[in-house]
Amino acid sequence: MAEYEQLLNIGMAHYLTVSAILFVLGVFGIFLNKRNMIVILMSIELILLSVVINMVTFSSYLQDLTGQVFAMFILTVAAAEAAIGLAILITFFRNKGSIAVEDIRAMKG
Amino acid sequence: MIDLQTFNIIPVMPEIIMALMGMVLLIFAVSQGNKSYRIVSWYVVLTCITVGAILLRFPQGVSITFGGMFVTEPFAVFMKLLVLAGASLVLLMSITYMQREKIARFEYPILILFSTLGMMVMLSANDLISLYMGLELQSLPLYVLAAFNRDNLKSSEAGLKYFVLGALSSGLLLYGCSMVYGFAGTTNFIGLAEVFALEATPVAGVVVGLVFILVGLLFKISAVPFHMWSPDVYEGAPSSVTAFFAVVPKIAAIGLLIRVSMSAFGGIAEQWQQVLMLVAMGSMIVGSMAAIVQTNIKRLMAYSSIGHMGYALIGLTAASSAGVQGLLVYMMIYMFTTAGVFAIILLMVRKNMQVETIDDLAGLAQYKPLMALCMAVLMFSMAGIPPLAGFFGKLFVFQAAMAEGMYTLAIVGVLTSVIAAYYYLRIIKVMYFDSATEQLDNVEDSGSNFVMRASAFFAVVFITIAWPIVEAIHYAVDSLLFL
Repeated sequence: MAEYEQLLNIGMAHYLTVSAILFVLGVFGIFLNKRNMIVILMSIELILLSVVINMVTFSSYLQDLTGQVFAMFILTVAAAEAAIGLAILITFFRNKGSIAVEDIRAMKG
Repeated sequence: MIDLQTFNIIPVMPEIIMALMGMVLLIFAVSQGNKSYRIVSWYVVLTCITVGAILLRFPQGVSITFGGMFVTEPFAVFMKLLVLAGASLVLLMSITYMQREKIARFEYPILILFSTLGMMVMLSANDLISLYMGLELQSLPLYVLAAFNRDNLKSSEAGLKYFVLGALSSGLLLYGCSMVYGFAGTTNFIGLAEVFALEATPVAGVVVGLVFILVGLLFKISAVPFHMWSPDVYEGAPSSVTAFFAVVPKIAAIGLLIRVSMSAFGGIAEQWQQVLMLVAMGSMIVGSMAAIVQTNIKRLMAYSSIGHMGYALIGLTAASSAGVQGLLVYMMIYMFTTAGVFAIILLMVRKNMQVETIDDLAGLAQYKPLMALCMAVLMFSMAGIPPLAGFFGKLFVFQAAMAEGMYTLAIVGVLTSVIAAYYYLRIIKVMYFDSATEQLDNVEDSGSNFVMRASAFFAVVFITIAWPIVEAIHYAVDSLLFL
């Protein structure tokens, strides 16, 4: 029981900070990464998982199940999204022979 | 809490029929292979028409089901009808195009069907969860569609770019959803509206969440400063897919934006009005300036569509009933005229190859007067020249902005539409006054020809049918605002 109370000392703010850090890491991973597309896919997952942490934290804080239901939906969609992302990456690799970010420049915009 | 209303599936019938048809067609097409491409396409068009007919017979008034997650009212019905019409028009004009490009695979119409289904769920979303699920059901098929010409470098690159930026925007939207959920305590739109009706100044967490949600949605309609993906994706994707991108998802995203901002966050309108005002101005300016230097007509249409989204957002920025009505009129006209322009782009074939620069249209009026005339009418309409359809869209949104005292916005709108008229008129000049070097082929494509004529006809006769349409839109908007 003492351990449990120790755990409770970690407040909502701590969880939110962790998830905000993960979120920012994910966004920066997409924009600053110059080498590999796979890292971008990982960054996208990082963003989605930071949101899941947020959802579960709020759900527990508000004593409301909606957040956890939402989290399950996010996990499902994240899996589908990763599958589609990898599939598109493979078609790109077949045409270009590379998945380096700087090689994605057939069109200038 | 759980009662019969929770399990009432009547309001969801159109979506259920659509999903079932999608799965049945998928099984049928898998067993038949790519030779079933044409028949599957026609079945998808038929499904869209059937679902549209069911929607037209829908009971009036607001019905909420699935524990408050799903809402149907005349507003949702109207937007869904627009989406279904857009999807059918795009399919009609792309059936032969895909065969010409030798990418006629049966997945194409089925992906369009599922994406349309996602848009219908989006338009009926009454909860952040159903909003997100609808948005993803719409986006995931779109990523695949952009990369549909999988042996082409440009197409797969377009798919990749769209995927990365689309996933990023969904991530931002989701982060916003989590903030709103945490600080407002509910994900339901009606619940959110009740929360914001009580407190005049919302907590900072809610405002941060709201901005993230807006960013996610503005990404989907490619408004400035979230537009950088759209010219590349428009250029790289197969033209018929570009037509779909330009026409249909924008209507769904605008409909969702209206519902989120007016009904869920309507109580704190001053928080999002400033954001949307800057976005609208930026979109109008970038849309008109950057399009001037384009030579590729698909890129030009991308910038033109960014500009149109700017004008449309003026209506939402006004945050009034008249503004939303103007916005809906604008989107409807935008949809029909853009479909027509893309039908003409699909008909630009020379020596059995699709061509897509503006100079390829040179002298079109001398050997294909009807096509040139349709293009000229559509360009005049997009530039907003009376008495064509596009003029009325702009008129209504500018009127709404003036009524709310947003003079800067209206003035920027008028000035940028003058600049934008330059590149629309340049296309007409190239068609009518330049001499043809090589002629375009005569393409056997009754679908595209039909859409081209119907769209130009709509642009011309809109003035005579404007009144009943505006009445219907008035009715639809009323049903939303007094939810």
